[in-house]
Parts: sequence; C-alpha cells; structure tokens
Amino acid sequence: MINMQSKNNLVSWQMNCPVSIPENAEYVTLAHGEGGRLSRKLIQERIVHLLNNEYLVALNDSAQLPSVNGPLALTTDSFVVSPLFFPGGDIGSLAVFGTVNDLAVSGAKPLWLTLSLIIEEGFPLAILDRILKSIARAAQETGIKVVAGDTKVVPRGAADGLFINTAGVGELITPIPPGPATLQVDDELIISGPIGRHGIAVLAAREELALEPLPLSDCGSLIRPVERLRNELGDQVRCLRDATRGGVAAVLHEWAEASKLTLSINERSIPVSPEVRGVCELLGLDPLHMANEGTMVIAVKQGSGAAAVEALQSLSETADARLIGTVNSQGIAPVTIRRTLGSEQPLDDPLGSPLPRIC
Amino acid sequence: MKYLDEYRDPQAAQLLLDEIRRITSRRWTLMEVCGGQTHSLLRHGIAAELEGTVELIHGPGCPVCVTDQAAIDFACHIAQSEDIVLTSFGDMLRVPGSRGSLLDAQTTGANIRIVYSPSDAVELARKYPEKQFVFFAVGFETTAPATALAVKQADRYQLENFSLLVSHVRVQPAMEALVQAPDNRVQAFLAAGHVCTVMGYESYESFVKQYQLPVVVTGFEPLDLLEGILACVKQLEANEAILENRYARTVRTAGNLVAQDLVQEIYQVCDREWRGFGIIPEGGLELRPDWQQFDARMRFTKPALSVIDVDECHSFEVMTGHMKPPECPHFGKRCTPESPLGAPMVSSEGACAAYYRYGVTTSP
Repeated sequence: MINMQSKNNLVSWQMNCPVSIPENAEYVTLAHGEGGRLSRKLIQERIVHLLNNEYLVALNDSAQLPSVNGPLALTTDSFVVSPLFFPGGDIGSLAVFGTVNDLAVSGAKPLWLTLSLIIEEGFPLAILDRILKSIARAAQETGIKVVAGDTKVVPRGAADGLFINTAGVGELITPIPPGPATLQVDDELIISGPIGRHGIAVLAAREELALEPLPLSDCGSLIRPVERLRNELGDQVRCLRDATRGGVAAVLHEWAEASKLTLSINERSIPVSPEVRGVCELLGLDPLHMANEGTMVIAVKQGSGAAAVEALQSLSETADARLIGTVNSQGIAPVTIRRTLGSEQPLDDPLGSPLPRIC
Repeated sequence: MKYLDEYRDPQAAQLLLDEIRRITSRRWTLMEVCGGQTHSLLRHGIAAELEGTVELIHGPGCPVCVTDQAAIDFACHIAQSEDIVLTSFGDMLRVPGSRGSLLDAQTTGANIRIVYSPSDAVELARKYPEKQFVFFAVGFETTAPATALAVKQADRYQLENFSLLVSHVRVQPAMEALVQAPDNRVQAFLAAGHVCTVMGYESYESFVKQYQLPVVVTGFEPLDLLEGILACVKQLEANEAILENRYARTVRTAGNLVAQDLVQEIYQVCDREWRGFGIIPEGGLELRPDWQQFDARMRFTKPALSVIDVDECHSFEVMTGHMKPPECPHFGKRCTPESPLGAPMVSSEGACAAYYRYGVTTSP
C-alpha cells in the first residue's frame, strides 16, 4: 500500500482487497456524478436497488419520515479509512456501524441513516458494489434504514478512492444515560471487550504486516449490548462511549474532564488480545491509545459493576467484558493506571494519532 | 503471550526488589544504556521503587536522541525536492533539527513516508522508478543489519533510485566516552540486551578490565531489569568488576554472526557527531567505498545554509546523568511532546518522554 500526497503524482490509492478486478472492468467516471443518465443509472441500479426501503425508493429531494414519539438523537461522521478493506470490515460496514454506535451509546434506538459517497474518478464499479453490499448488510443487521443520500465523483487525485459521510437519527429511549458530568466517586468503569483491535487491524492491513493470526477489527454493532444494559441495569448506567479514535485513554480523559474527578484503571484487568498486544509491544504502541469500532467504555453507579459485566458477558459480542476501574476523588492525574507491578501512574491522553486515517 | 507475562510477574519482582534492598549498603549509581530499558524502568515503576537504593542514570542508547541536527536538516532539505521521497521510521519525524522537524517539513509539502522496515523503502523504490527514495538509516548495531540488507537488495535489483542517509551509531564508543569524562558518575552498566544479541558481548571484556566497572548484559522486561540491577549491586558490594550476561535467553557470547558479517560487508566504522556529545571517535558506521553509490549524501546536494547551533536541549546533561529530565528548566514548560526542544522528549526511547509519559515529576 502506498498513500501519498497527490502532488507526488503517485497512485493515490490502491486496492488492498480480496476482490479481483476483471480485465473488462467498469470504472466510475466523472459523468457518473454529473446528474445525468449515468448518475441516475448508478444510483438506481447499484445503490437504491441494494438499500431498498419505503423512504428511499421515492427518490425525492428529501426523505419524508413519520413522526416519532419522544426526543431524537442526531449524529454525523465521515469515513476516510485507508485501506478500504481490512480484516474484519471495510469502509462500508464501518460507516454504518460507526454512526449506529454513536446513536446507541447516546441511548438512542437507531432509525434512519443518510449516505453520501465521494468517489474518485477511476474507482472500479465492482469494488463500489462490494462496499455497497457491505453497507446493506450492516444496515440490515442493525435495523437502520438508509433514507437519503448523495453521490459525487471527483477527479483522479482529489480523493483517495472513496470517502463516505453518514448522518444518523435515532429515537432516545428512557432511561437516557445522563452523561459523564454526573459521574461520582466510587462509580465503576467497564470495558465491553478486548481493546485496540480496529487500530491494529487497519495498521496491519495498511502496512501489510505479515501477521499470523491476522488481527481482526472489532468493527460491529453495539445496539444489543446497550439494550441489554438498559434492560438489566436501567438508571444505574451513568454513561457509555464507543472508544474510537484515541482509544480507551481518550474516552477516560474526556470523562475525567467532564466530571472533574480522577478515573483509575487497572492494567491487569484490561482485556487485550495476544495479536494486539504483540503488535503494540513490537511497535511501541499502547493498546489503550488504539482505536476500537465496536467496543465501548461504560460507567455505572457504585455496586452495579458486577451486574453490568454479567449482563454484557451473556452476549457473544461482549463476552469478554471486564470491570477495569473506578472513579475516585481528584488524584495525581485526571486518569491513572495501576501497572502490572503495582505502581500507580498517570495515563496520558494520546497526542494526535500514531496512525492516521483509521476510520 | 506467556513469554512476556513470565517476566512481569509481580511476586517475582517483589522478591528481587527485596533482595536488592537487602544487600545494598550504600546508594550505587548505575546506567541503563538503552532507552528501551529506561522506558520499561519508568513504566513499571522500578526506578521509583528503588529510589534511595540505586540511582539509575538514563544513558545515551536512544539513536533518535543522538542523531545530529545536521542529518535531520539534510533529510528535511532533500524531502522538499519534488522527485525525492524520504522514508523513515516514525520515531524520527517529530525530532527537531535546527530548522524544524521532518513533520514540520511534511506539513509544508515535503515528501515523507513512514516505513516499518528499510526493505519497505526498497520495495517502494522498485514500485515507483520515477522517484528517488532515500531511507533515513538511524539506529544502533541492532538496526544496521536491516539497513545493510536493504543495500544488498537494492544492489540485487540494480536500483538507481534508492539511497541511504546513514546516521548509524555504535554503543560501546559512547560508553567509553562517558567513563573517560572527568565528571563520570557511573559505577556500573546495564548493557543493552538487543545490541548484544546482534554484536555479542565479548568486546566488553576489555572495557571491564580497562575501566574496572561491572557490565551486566540486561534485557527489557521488569524481571530482566531487576536481575541486571541485582547482579550489578552484588558486584559493587563485593568490590568486583566482571562481565555478566543476564539476558542469556536471547544473547549469545558471539552474537549473531550472519548479521555481523552483513554489517561488515556494507559498513565501516567512522567517527560520528552525536547530538549533545560532539564527535565520538569510532562512534558511527558509514557505507564502505564499494557501496557509496547508495549514499544519499553523495547523490544529493546539502542544504545551502550551514547549521546554526541553537540547541537549547539539555539532552547531554540528561544522558550523562548530570540532570534528571524533570530538573531541566524546560521540562514540561517550553519542552513538551507537542513542542519539543530536543529529541529525548519525543522519541519512544527518550528519557524525557518516559518521565513525561509516566508522570514522574520528582527524581527517582
């Protein structure tokens, strides 16, 4: 894989996926984005056909949606991951799960999604189809409906293959987690699964690190675990956050700042897969700084930690959930970690990302 | 990852800590040579645990930290050229030269690409023959075999668009420079286990004899480090100075002969400017005349402006044990990982980065 500024005049993106491109392959052209017959054909035959639902099929200038009883949650995210395909996912599934998870951890039931594609001229249609199928699969799995969208084609070099923007709307379900500002001393901190898998999977794919076994991204939906927590713990949940860019460390720092308390975790309690740990040891990275795309941090009221872990462990996707720490009154630093040998140290907030373009 | 957990066992570590404290009659001063060891000592809280028992001086074994500013300036300069792509390990990117870092240069349009292995740079050169690829060959004897191999690969493929900016450094001449200094405080060395894996440790025999200082080849995990420290303290308490290998699971007496032969074939020993230290005799490696077609310094012109020496970084005092990172007037103030004055604050093996990262603000 190579990925450089376009002024280098090098190939600005390159496929790193198991799909072979036939010799007579069709490619996206600038005409596909210019609103004419080719545009309509692309949208109708390749996109609407796959993502079909009652709101999308009308193809009006806006989706007309039914009323919802309670308050809504709205979120948006852009996806520029490189490479487009990585072990455990691709830019399509990432775009759906990323937005769905943002809604889920806010306490909302995901309803509707918009989908904007910015495609680089020359992008193979076969690859686009594969990504759209992945979007359709992820949408079906999470029950979210793609109700509006847009397609733009930019000249070669102006984008890196494909960029995706999504916006998601969800219906907030009570009890809505009140958020990190309400954290209190002795609240308990939980991680829903092994950390750092997405960051390491993308790194390994991008750099073509020949690793065995291949580290898989955790790219997936958090709807079921959030629902399970809501049902089993009700208002005992203070806040949840999917630990994407910046990893678990960034989430803990944000919560510490919002609550003006110290969040303390135990290194030995944090689940890390051997693959992730191996790569991190090798390259001097910290799994706590590595991105996740289907793993969340949860804070619950004192005494509810064990019940929350048990609830999560009953689901296959969060079977490795663990209690990782507690909230304390202000200590030596906003976030601290008890290392394996027992010393308590500050846990730093990641400075920028060691790995750009992971989502 | 059993092979790591075994060497991080808290109970075993406690036994070693107790033993070190039990046998120590006075506060000895040891130097761990390698920056990887420094980070492990701070990350696992060993330096803090031993405060009062053993003083640990964090040595110059961070290749990024000792890379001369002129080499960084040269790298930034050639990367500005439209047809040249500078490839480097990620560690080097934030290190400030006299006119900013490679990252600064990248922001203003320089072509810089992080690679994880010198061979990746060779592959890029094969893939894009219209561009010149330069690999910034920084590192101790541990990295030199890999860059030597890259030269051999480039030669096999007859690549005319691949070259090295060689800034390799050698550990032992630096240790000699340290102990020869009149204000040397080091009483024993934890030698860098990984360098010894490649180079072996026979060459330390004469060092130990000449300077009458214990040298213990030491690994990087908590128990490795504690074993190394215990061995040093035992010798010091017994008034002995011998060479010991406490990293025997990896280090053999003669080292890795294949790697040594490769380095011998491609490189020759040279005097080298070490940042903060000045010129260390025999302190570096350079390409042999037979391989100079792969020397970026021969291929490309140097920056027109000479380097102005405005190094405010106190790395020399830190790496020679005359200042702990938090004692530096700039630590955490003008010098942070976001805006470093010197390399030790940004390198993954830098002592200042270790103190900053693991929050040690008082001197252990």
